[in-house]
Amino acid sequence: MENTLHHVVLLLSVFFWFIWCVQHQIIAKETEHAKRVSHLSEKHCSIEEMRHFGSSVASYFIFLRWMYGMNLVLFGFTFGLVVIPELLMGLPYGSIPRKTVPRAEQAKAMDFSTLWDFDGYCKYSVLFYGYYNNQRTIGLLKFRLPLAYLMVGIGTFGYSLMVVIRTMASNANESGGDGEDSDFNFSWKMFTSWDYLIGNSETADNKFASITTSFKESIVDEEENQKDENIHLRRFLRVLANVLILCCLGGSGYLIYFVVKRSQDFATRDDLGWYEKNEVEIVMSLLGLVCPPLFESIAELEEYHPRIALKWQLGRIFALFLGNLYTFLFALFDEVNQKLAVEESIKNATTWATHMHYANFTGNTSATPPPIDPADEFVKLTVSDIQVTYITILVGDFLRAVIVRFLNYCWCWDLESGFPSYAEFDISGNVLGLVFNQGVIWMGAFYAPGLVGINVLRLLTSMYYQSWAVMSSNVPHERIFKASRSSNFYMGLLLLILFLSLLPVVYTIMTLPPSFDCGPFSGKSKMFDIILETIELDFPAFVGNIFSYVANPGLIIPAVLLMVLAIYYLNAVSKAYENSNLELKKKMQMQRDEEKNRRNNQDSTNSIMKDLEDLLPIKSGGGKSTAPANKANTNKNDPPQTAKGAGKQGEVSRNGSRVNPEKEMLLAAQNPRIAVTRPPGPRPPGPLPGNPQLTVPGQRGRGQPQRVTSSNQDPLFLTPEGKVASRNWFCDHLCLRLFRAGLPPDNYSGHSFRIGAATSDAFRNIAPHIIKAMGRWNSGAYELYIRKNIFDLLSMQKKTLCD
Amino acid sequence: MTALDTGSATNHLLNCQSQSVGATGSSLLDPRLHTRYHELAPNLVPMDYTNDPDCKVPIQLIINMPELMENPFKERIVESFSEAGDGNLSFNDFVDMFSVLSEMAPRELKAIYAFKIYDFNTDNFICKSDLEQTLNKLTREELTPEEVNLVCEKVIEEADLDGDGKLAFADFENMISRAPDFLR
Repeated sequence: MENTLHHVVLLLSVFFWFIWCVQHQIIAKETEHAKRVSHLSEKHCSIEEMRHFGSSVASYFIFLRWMYGMNLVLFGFTFGLVVIPELLMGLPYGSIPRKTVPRAEQAKAMDFSTLWDFDGYCKYSVLFYGYYNNQRTIGLLKFRLPLAYLMVGIGTFGYSLMVVIRTMASNANESGGDGEDSDFNFSWKMFTSWDYLIGNSETADNKFASITTSFKESIVDEEENQKDENIHLRRFLRVLANVLILCCLGGSGYLIYFVVKRSQDFATRDDLGWYEKNEVEIVMSLLGLVCPPLFESIAELEEYHPRIALKWQLGRIFALFLGNLYTFLFALFDEVNQKLAVEESIKNATTWATHMHYANFTGNTSATPPPIDPADEFVKLTVSDIQVTYITILVGDFLRAVIVRFLNYCWCWDLESGFPSYAEFDISGNVLGLVFNQGVIWMGAFYAPGLVGINVLRLLTSMYYQSWAVMSSNVPHERIFKASRSSNFYMGLLLLILFLSLLPVVYTIMTLPPSFDCGPFSGKSKMFDIILETIELDFPAFVGNIFSYVANPGLIIPAVLLMVLAIYYLNAVSKAYENSNLELKKKMQMQRDEEKNRRNNQDSTNSIMKDLEDLLPIKSGGGKSTAPANKANTNKNDPPQTAKGAGKQGEVSRNGSRVNPEKEMLLAAQNPRIAVTRPPGPRPPGPLPGNPQLTVPGQRGRGQPQRVTSSNQDPLFLTPEGKVASRNWFCDHLCLRLFRAGLPPDNYSGHSFRIGAATSDAFRNIAPHIIKAMGRWNSGAYELYIRKNIFDLLSMQKKTLCD
Repeated sequence: MTALDTGSATNHLLNCQSQSVGATGSSLLDPRLHTRYHELAPNLVPMDYTNDPDCKVPIQLIINMPELMENPFKERIVESFSEAGDGNLSFNDFVDMFSVLSEMAPRELKAIYAFKIYDFNTDNFICKSDLEQTLNKLTREELTPEEVNLVCEKVIEEADLDGDGKLAFADFENMISRAPDFLR
């Protein structure tokens, strides 16, 4: 029976080892191609599909996947270097007392309930610290198991630390230069977000969803910027919210303290019901369930941007759990200290049935005392945490979704949009659960090597289970927000937890004496001694000398000082770089604004000069960037002239520009505009034709206005070059002005002035012979030029009729 | 005639997967490309161009091509390459379309055609209604009208340099040339 269990564990561990090797490859490739591959090879529910829930939900799953990768590596180390050598080369089960189930317990050792409690055979297996023998070397290869155990324990922390910090650094690198406050945020989103490579309809659907989500996120950001605030009210509300939450935290801390004290009283009693035995765990779980929603509803007073609100929520829940966990730990250490005191005195122990499920032991029999129970506690805590999480998802999300969906048909109010509706994915709760679980794993991994394996299993199933739950029974948040820096925030939390869980373990390694007859360090005064022993016995003498020098405080303190100075220096350098980045950004912004202003000024403030510019002959290849012909500018330069001009029907020059047909663009990718025939020359600052007093105002910066004197022998109308204004020149100019005024040039010609003068004279009842003389008509053709006003005719007719 | 691209491309503004339409030659009537064109309407497209026939494939057949089918702007793309503006492409237009959509087309050319594609009412300006239509096509009308309005106003605010409330080609080009996808 015992051997079967052993074989099962052996097989399982080999299986895991194999999976680890394979998956490590997959994950390595995955992170390389993470941006290009749209489907993960391990999941049928890819993270890409979840993008339409918002990047914040997707970031949780990315974080989960990263944790899984890290745990796999830790698992690989632990199993490869500790568990498997012990299984393969160590003494088999049953050979020495510490590896055997005590006779008293053997009857129940294989029961499911005992196993579920991690008692019985599970307790006396490789899963726990106590199983390992303290032989210095084992097997043929002289594998130094205790040393390996210690190094793996320390190496776990070292590796985790390195990986977390490296990820934080690379995240900071990526998001550092991101254009969050870029100039053309919305424009780029609109014009460059569609991927023209997409040919698959499912991918297209996902792309549409992600584009929509991205727009919504930016809209939320924009609305936040535009909100008006009543600052004082808001500050007051925020302070009030923080005070309330501090009260809650204090209350929960006191409650835990009270319950732990009570449990220590319970420990002395025998007649405990189920509730009293598990009181601490129940209270802690209840607090963990009730407080976060309470914090969330208080946080609604504060009205933060959703991303910031999430961070506050995370911080508060973190403080809550931290308080709980450390109270728990202190209680544990209290127990351990008490237990050690009892051990040393080798008295008959009284039975301690505490809420910790301490096993009974008697001092009489030769049965070995159980291993230090923190290990047991950690494992049980992890397992119960797994159970609680999964059941919560099942009941809270899935069952709720099912109820809402199917009961909706026969319920009075709309279940889907009112209460209770579908659940939103609780990002903060899940992230913190993950982070704290990892903290527990780190703390417990030293005492229970099997814990890492359990965690790997848990994370793997969690990935699939939670993604299924999200897709099937959750709805996206109402206000989707961008989780741009959140991944670094999660890493920061993880780092903090890592340090906090490092402390107890290091303290134990350095200070507390190990249990004297179980575990790989039994018999030594301190666990750390194994290293010293190895150095003495296995390495040449000078290594030992080096170590003693290095461990000298006189060397360590300057080294620490040097590191502090290096940190300070690097900090200063990075601040300097940040400043210079900001300066560069400002300069670029100024340049862009200048360009904008220049264009604005050109167009709107000086329309006269605009006309002059348009009179310039078109330069080849370049040309103006705005389409001048499309603007209808009234020309102030040429007041409508009522003077008569000579000549016959003028040509109307087609004035306008249009976009080139495609062929021309293909041949030469230039500015697509036809050269327009323009009247020659700009008008320099000088006298307007016909009126020596008026001058063309000079443009700012284009030279001083000049006054050109003229004699009365000069022609009356001059072109800008000073030549006589010919009929063609005049007509061309007229057409241009009319076009700019928005009037159709085709309806007018040089004769229009003659017509206008004749008609207006006739309207004023000037005698016909005078009209004829003024227009220098020789024949009666002048009559044709007098346009008749239809309303005048009508009124005359009325007059004659009425008379 | 520019050569068409055969390789894969990154998330570029106007990129079309032309693997099946790949050509290396410089001749005007590349056989593989013409085969694709012919396949669209075998009854309509002659194989022999010596008489310089004037045949055009109607727009409905072109927008069902696999390269274009999922594109929300497929009608606009085809319309902007057709001479008459109605979307019926002759073979020359067909080749033009794919050559501009390929990777090798110069950036300025792509910008010109991008402007034409997004200009729904073909007035040489991208005005607010054009932007609204673009956005609705991009998001399949999932945004509320207020959100659409907000986004369009933001776009005009960001990109319009001369202050006339709509984007001329110069504004568009100025904005697009700074886009990170373009710079890569």
